[in-house]
Amino acid sequence: MELLSGNEAIARGAYEAGVTLAAGYPGTPSTEILENIVQYKDVIYAEWSPNEKVAFEVAAAAAMAGARSLVTMKHVGLNVAADPLMTLAYIGVKGGMVIVVADDPGMHSSQNEQDSRNYAKFAKIPLLEPSDSQEAKDFMLYAYDLSEKYGTPVILKTETRISHSRSLTELGTRGPENKTDFIKDQSKHVMVPLWARGRRVQLESRIKELKKAANESEINRIEMQDTSLGIITSGVTYQYVKEAWPNASILKLGFVFPFPDELIKEFASKVKNVLIIEQLDDFIEEHVKALGIKCNGKDVIPNIGEISPSILLDIKAKMEAGSPISAPYKNIAEKLPGRPPVLCAGCSHRGIFHALTEHDVVIAGDIGCYSLGTFKPLERLDIILCMGGGISMAHGMQKANNSKKVVGVIGDSTFFHSGITGLIDIVYNKGTSTIIVLDNRITAMTGHQENPGSGSTLMGEPTVALSIAEIGRACGVKRIFEINPYDQKNTKNIIAQEIEINEPSLIISKAPCVLYSKKPINKQRSINQEKCKNCRQCLRLGCPAIEADEGKPHINPHICMGCSLCQQACKFDAITELEDRTNVI
Amino acid sequence: MSSEITSIVLAGVGGQGILLASDITALAAMNAGYDVKTNEVHGMAQRGGSVIGQIRYGKKVYSPLVTKGTAKVLAGLERIEILRYADYLAKDGLAVVNSQMIIPVTVSMGVSKYPSDAKELLAKIFPKLVYFDAGEEAAKLGNIKAANVVLLGTISNGVNLPIEAWIEAITKRIPEKFLDLNIKAFNIGRNIKK
Repeated sequence: MELLSGNEAIARGAYEAGVTLAAGYPGTPSTEILENIVQYKDVIYAEWSPNEKVAFEVAAAAAMAGARSLVTMKHVGLNVAADPLMTLAYIGVKGGMVIVVADDPGMHSSQNEQDSRNYAKFAKIPLLEPSDSQEAKDFMLYAYDLSEKYGTPVILKTETRISHSRSLTELGTRGPENKTDFIKDQSKHVMVPLWARGRRVQLESRIKELKKAANESEINRIEMQDTSLGIITSGVTYQYVKEAWPNASILKLGFVFPFPDELIKEFASKVKNVLIIEQLDDFIEEHVKALGIKCNGKDVIPNIGEISPSILLDIKAKMEAGSPISAPYKNIAEKLPGRPPVLCAGCSHRGIFHALTEHDVVIAGDIGCYSLGTFKPLERLDIILCMGGGISMAHGMQKANNSKKVVGVIGDSTFFHSGITGLIDIVYNKGTSTIIVLDNRITAMTGHQENPGSGSTLMGEPTVALSIAEIGRACGVKRIFEINPYDQKNTKNIIAQEIEINEPSLIISKAPCVLYSKKPINKQRSINQEKCKNCRQCLRLGCPAIEADEGKPHINPHICMGCSLCQQACKFDAITELEDRTNVI
Repeated sequence: MSSEITSIVLAGVGGQGILLASDITALAAMNAGYDVKTNEVHGMAQRGGSVIGQIRYGKKVYSPLVTKGTAKVLAGLERIEILRYADYLAKDGLAVVNSQMIIPVTVSMGVSKYPSDAKELLAKIFPKLVYFDAGEEAAKLGNIKAANVVLLGTISNGVNLPIEAWIEAITKRIPEKFLDLNIKAFNIGRNIKK
């Protein structure tokens, strides 16, 4: 037995299933799946693709050739990959293909909490949902067999509390690998209208067959106990139900879609009341109601935020007119200072946001660590929509003749992901936006994954490091500047100059992520308490190393990375270098 | 049912080593022959924000999440962090706090205040409180970063896992170079009982 996270277990499942190709794009809570696949790199080719659509297509083609392939992403990543998903459902696969999508109910680290189960229904392909690490591993093996038996891609849906929870898992050994040999069959593989119409019919007959499989599946099970209440549930929510209603009868769905109608009807006929407990949408409930079964669901269970055992126990108490769970000690969070996530001490993004504080402009941001630049005291991001949106939205607002000038801010990985097309749009359609790429050569927020700018692959091989300046030039941008964000004078000058100029400009802020390099930038700074006038200008950087309570600010030498931004911001020369940083850390 | 299960909640600030502490605790429970589940927060929450880790063990564990009011031990790697999660602690559960302070940016900016009477606040809420500077104890050993393992030693007094299970877990997770220091750190924490 091993103590594995859901993500480790999914990687292990892929290994045991004989997968030979895995692709994905990092996204919390899915990232560690591919990071763990790397331990099997002798037998599995694995890559971080530039985005989820590319990753999906890479895995799809491998499966068409007969290999077992895996693609991983977070819930919003599946939006990016939705185009190939919808049509691959028509074509189908020869080797097994599993799409692992990780939802984030409660939005621990996401911009929305969409329920990805809806994609299974939308694309008409099966969806499995494990409830712990053992099932995460076992369901992967099941998913590959199902995928090959029916020639369909299969979604394995996980979520934060599966991916990032650890539980005991029994390991198996690796099964045989498929031989790859693509067989030409245009009526199956070429989706022009002529042949797509034929595949469309196939899709419907396949989903009917899959419904039968769901009804007979061993990963759907009825646990009959007290028949006064029957709960239909799936995923980690099953575990919460077992704690809140230890005596209730349960229909636990592992093979969630297509819905096992016969099993649902059988279960409903055996219990007095049916309650559906599922995370987010009323995905199962809507269908159960369509079957003509009276049930409770989202009328009592929240559809916003994540469900927890505490929430279920409170709901149970309300339903049974009992007393809610008792917490003997009360939180006093409201009396405590807030502790939101912040840009790290020494973060290179701070230099750009601080320089931008001098301008009254609209700033379109993007998805990554730099989204933290939206909070006080920097408050330098005004819109965040989606990956790549920082560039195209800056353009849209500029073209709408917004009263204020517009700046777009994006990261390097995000630029490669879906920023380049926006940049082409600006040049092609004669936009004038100023675009700043925060280029730290790594996908930082998700825990430092390689990207096309890093110079190394997921499998640890050295490779070309793409230059954002060169890409900008190839896109037709004439005004391109590579700057050091720690040099505030130059940074401020370039930004001020480019905001004023009515042509597209691309400013590339080049500095490595300090959390990744783990190397201090320079000697720590310290504030001379005599020279300090307590003007608190340095505090406007929002640096966690600069601490101030009642008195004058001071720098915590354990946190300071020596970026010198505070020294440059101090008008009284009160901030200087410490003699020797090794004395402190 | 849940009474057979031991739950531990660790609270702290992203970057303090909650993941490692929770991993060692879970392994110790596994070594002692229990079923075990854990949950930690990754991603955005780790950039200096408030984070919690949850560990549950027993004969059979269903939920990786701890139900409020049931944790046997609630531990804070930073002075005030457990005050956000006090409702997790079971009646007469053990509260363990590292008195190290990490001033949040909101305080430095002047939009909120760091409580000056944190120890009193903690003592008022938690009848069984162990409050000490684990960072200082770790620094005395030569590495302030071992504060999380010092704290684990104190946490171990609040649950029923044998010492061998803890040492085995630490040995498995800590690189050999730092193993001696971390075992010392654990033992120092285990001997703190105020």
